[in-house]
Amino acid sequence: MAERIPTIVADNVHVVYRVHGAGTPGTGSPVAGLRRLVTRSRPPTIREVHAIKGVSFTAYRGEAIGLIGTNGSGKSTLLRAVAGLLPVDRGALYAMGQPSLLGVNAALMNDLSGERNVELGCLAMGMSKAQVRDQTPKIIEFSGINDRGDFSSLPMRTYSSGMAARLRFSIAAAKRHDVLLIDEALATGDAQFRRRSEARVRDLRSDAGTVFLVSHTMASIVDTCERSIWLESGVIRADGPTDEVVKQYEDFAKRK
Amino acid sequence: MTDTVVVDPDSHLSQAELAAKHGLTVAGARPGLAAYTRRLWSYRHFISAYANARIVSSFSTTRLGRLWQVLTPLTNAAVYYLIFGVVLNTKADVPNFIAYLCTGLFVFVFSQTAIQGGVQAISGNLGLIRALQFPRACLPIAVTLTQFSNMVASLVVLVGIVLVTGEPVTIQWLIVVPALLLQSVFNAGVAMIVARLGAKLADLKQLIPFIMRTWMYASGVLYSVALFERHLPEWATRVLESNPLLVYIELMRHALLEGAPLASSVPVLWALAAGWALVAGIGGFVYFWLGEQEYGRG
Repeated sequence: MAERIPTIVADNVHVVYRVHGAGTPGTGSPVAGLRRLVTRSRPPTIREVHAIKGVSFTAYRGEAIGLIGTNGSGKSTLLRAVAGLLPVDRGALYAMGQPSLLGVNAALMNDLSGERNVELGCLAMGMSKAQVRDQTPKIIEFSGINDRGDFSSLPMRTYSSGMAARLRFSIAAAKRHDVLLIDEALATGDAQFRRRSEARVRDLRSDAGTVFLVSHTMASIVDTCERSIWLESGVIRADGPTDEVVKQYEDFAKRK
Repeated sequence: MTDTVVVDPDSHLSQAELAAKHGLTVAGARPGLAAYTRRLWSYRHFISAYANARIVSSFSTTRLGRLWQVLTPLTNAAVYYLIFGVVLNTKADVPNFIAYLCTGLFVFVFSQTAIQGGVQAISGNLGLIRALQFPRACLPIAVTLTQFSNMVASLVVLVGIVLVTGEPVTIQWLIVVPALLLQSVFNAGVAMIVARLGAKLADLKQLIPFIMRTWMYASGVLYSVALFERHLPEWATRVLESNPLLVYIELMRHALLEGAPLASSVPVLWALAAGWALVAGIGGFVYFWLGEQEYGRG
């Protein structure tokens, strides 16, 4: 067996969010604001959320890892930390190359046409101008937004949520990533697009990359990932072959 | 669990040693200043595409579209002409007051809009920042570039006004180019500073309009700079005369208008203009780079 090359190493990672504007009723009044200024107390509108509490794992090349857990268990936060978009409070996260996060809420510019968004997205991922020219038609074709007329030249705000999500996935999947992090993106779109995107995820893996997949659809985790990590309240509850972990998780979810 | 099945030569290593052995780097670590600058350079096409996209999207629902880039300064000039030229009939000690006023106004608006945009460059783009990893300095620089494009449109209007009010075309007009470039560097620097501040302190957005209005009155946009000398103590005049926006406005007036009164001599103006551009440009860039990891948090 060939030597396994790690792409992501997480060493006792803690992530703490500072949430602004989470005030309790009564603290938002001008008088309360003045009192805070005078007494120099911290605004109650900033609260800390300890989202990830000491997570360690190693991901290897060619692996597809499913991240499962109930809502608010810290899955998306962990992905953001891996992508280097959220700073780690304690511990360390090491990555090969630049991991790319593909989320359903990746912001594109709604007033611009789909085509311009593709161009902008590719440039933001660090592609060169020539690559962008070469990739744009392929991305639009893969997304299938032109299946019902010329939508790629219409502003994104006219797209349905499914179409927008498909376009975002297509943009992010166009680049070869060492590590690709997918947050619920496969759940959007119709059955046909889901099949196509699952095929693309398999391609990306065979290009010697690592794929992380967050999803609440157990079927897509079981289909695409052979290893899964179950996260609960910011702590890893299980890490191993998907069928075992999913079974444990489903037992847990049923008991609740 | 899987790891126990496979005989792994790396199993005796700690996580940190494993990462080091395979050349993994800390995710999202801030690159050094030189590496950061190189990365920023490799993202230049993104910066220009993003700046362009901002212009297109800001006019996308209007009927006249990008024509507003020219119409906005034109309307602005018309309003000031109405108030100061017709109603108040301000002549003060300036021969061609309308051109004098518009020059000051357009140069000031360039910095004003760049700074206002800079405050929101990070806080208004959290979606983009949390989705993609790119040098964040792209955003305030793109804001400056957007406003630069607006400034070029304003300049076309300005040249029209200057010519209509009877100024001759001289070789001095060439000064416009370096003056505008220096001001752009200054604007980008300040935009980066306020972008970092605005990312941490949302309250800044509420304050900026007042700061900018004060700055406008201190920059002699609406009246002759000679007014300062007459009404203020010596030291205050000195301070005001080295005010960067006043300097850029004076340079532009010097370039386009014959016989416009200047507060400082021309060599002093150039020295100040270049000095401010260097201080703000380099200072702003370093200051912004130091905060690179904080953006998009919370």
